[in-house]
Amino acid sequence: MSARGPNGSAHRPGAPDTTGWERPMSRAMRADGAPATLEDYVAAGGYEGLRRALGELKPEDVTKAVKDSGLRGRGGAGYSTGGKWSTMPLGPDAPHPKYVVCNGDEMEPGSFKDRYLLSRNPHLLIEGMLVAAYAVQADAGYIFLRAQYDEPYANVERALAEAAAAGYLGEHILGTDWSFELFLHESVGRYICGEASAMLNALESQRPNPRARPPHMTGAGLYARPTVVNNVETFCAVPSIVRNGADWWKGLSITAEGGTKIYGVAGRVQRPGCVELPMGTSMRELIEVHAGGMQPGFELRAVSPGGASTAFVPAGQIDVPMDFTAMATVQSRMGTGTMVLLDDHTCPIGMTLNMLQFFAQESCGWCTPCREGLQWTAHLLHGIEEGRGTLEDLDLLAEHVWFMGADKTFCDLAPGAMQPLEAALRLFRDDFVAHIDSGRCPYAPEETAAAEAAPAPAGETP
Amino acid sequence: MSLTDEERRELEELLPHYPDRRAAADSALRALQRRRRWLSDESLADLGEFLGMSVAELDSLATFANMLFRQPVGRHVVLLCDSFACWSLGYDGLRAEVEARLGVATGGTTPDGRFTLLPIVCLGACDRGPAMMVDADLHGPVAPGGVGAILEDYA
Ligand SMILES: Cc1cc2nc3c(=O)[nH]c(=O)nc-3n(C[C@H](O)[C@H](O)[C@H](O)COP(=O)(O)O)c2cc1C
Ligand code: SF4
Repeated sequence: MSARGPNGSAHRPGAPDTTGWERPMSRAMRADGAPATLEDYVAAGGYEGLRRALGELKPEDVTKAVKDSGLRGRGGAGYSTGGKWSTMPLGPDAPHPKYVVCNGDEMEPGSFKDRYLLSRNPHLLIEGMLVAAYAVQADAGYIFLRAQYDEPYANVERALAEAAAAGYLGEHILGTDWSFELFLHESVGRYICGEASAMLNALESQRPNPRARPPHMTGAGLYARPTVVNNVETFCAVPSIVRNGADWWKGLSITAEGGTKIYGVAGRVQRPGCVELPMGTSMRELIEVHAGGMQPGFELRAVSPGGASTAFVPAGQIDVPMDFTAMATVQSRMGTGTMVLLDDHTCPIGMTLNMLQFFAQESCGWCTPCREGLQWTAHLLHGIEEGRGTLEDLDLLAEHVWFMGADKTFCDLAPGAMQPLEAALRLFRDDFVAHIDSGRCPYAPEETAAAEAAPAPAGETP
Repeated sequence: MSLTDEERRELEELLPHYPDRRAAADSALRALQRRRRWLSDESLADLGEFLGMSVAELDSLATFANMLFRQPVGRHVVLLCDSFACWSLGYDGLRAEVEARLGVATGGTTPDGRFTLLPIVCLGACDRGPAMMVDADLHGPVAPGGVGAILEDYA
């Protein structure tokens, strides 16, 4: 755990004064919270990564720099970004068109970092996609944004127009013979559209069930053409890596994974929100320093570290650094890195039930274990939360955790859903038993226990 | 019914974003819904003709999506975030307040056709929970008692 570069440990676990820290993804952000304009962005060194790539580097050198930086995808699974790009066919015999697609679906409950980047720094995404597109010699790109991101959509739309007018997009970019078109696409909804292969179906206006793999998307992706899909934040990390080099990026982190990360804290803290910090910042520092600590009267019980598909981490283990490697040591994952806190006034079973109802509602229905199994786990949890549960239900739930574990379903939605459930069974056993023994939710006020025990059943669109 | 000239112009502007007409279907559905508020059978037929697709194909897309409406909705659509983050920050109270204000349960439309109230999966605004949207506007955190002042702005 050596702290290198300017984001040093001298500050830790100390004061929230982060002046002077390198924050490549937030540099151009305005203090007033409005989206950075092209002028703001260029003044903060924007589009210099693109200039360097086009002016000094061969496409494969860009990919090499990104690979050497160790950048891992920020969509949750943490694939090597440069590794992915290097599997794209390159050279005179490569098929065209090739595509670069940005995954801006961000519908997993507890994920709120892409909104932050899109709202505050839209040109960064555009530059990142341009650099990626140059590296893999793509012809066109899409930014896939979820429905309901009306404000981010408007920001990106404006930024695209600014970028095109300034010669960063379109024909003969920056006077070179390379051309690239970038389109904005608004999703019509459903969480499964965030799964990369389902997203490609959605972009083609096909029913968005996931696709079988192989073939990999870099071989046959959008319209069966070679396609790179990356998360919003992944693209946003790219420009500064290309501009300043892989070693510089590696030096920004606390742990070995390199770079910075957009972290977020939500829940009963003093200052909820997102902040860019060195990769490997601990959960404790995020909660106690950057989010200002818990609100008076609330105590931390556990953390959902990075979206509803990541396992709860108990309050006793929050000294863990938030990176892909370290989070595995506490039987969880970093996921999106935006955490939601479980406090001592909130029923852990109710929270888990809410998550499972979400996953059951959003199952795309393609494969049986997920379509049937998620409904059943939500049903069992609902019974327990309402005081109708038995100890045998806990065994049944544990069986489902196994039954819908890794590689037993067509995509990762169901295994993701099992992660908070597995953790809840492991960490909140006493709460489960208290519900079962007393026949009610101990967190609900006495007289309205049954009425308020559960969040609303999933609604349908009209 | 058939597409108005204006509708047709807007749809035609979408086409260059996609390699063929069929691939533009989701965006076309969304664009037409913006103008007509919801997608009736006639709307699907109009679009089908424009895109060269059957009504059944378009219906299979529309019924899978959570933001394409196959039933009438009010002039304004209120989306209440029911994710675990907002749930832990006061969703139950917010929902009760909105339902009482509007006099309809979640899923319903007010008799005057002004509002439709729908649940929505996480709005990506967990740091602003409990959160809700009215049309394109995000509101959050919504303090108890704060619903009236928000809804007033939507005539
Ligand atoms: C059900 C499901 C939902 C997902 N939602 C998202 C999402 O909203 N955004 C995202 O970037 N990745 C999401 N992913 C991960 C993508 O499949 C893919 O791994 C990612 O976009 C790759 O980008 P990265 O390498 O930059 O992380 C989801 C995966 C699953 C299984
Ligand atoms: S695991 Fe669930 S979401 Fe994924 S393909 Fe199967 S049914 Fe669809």
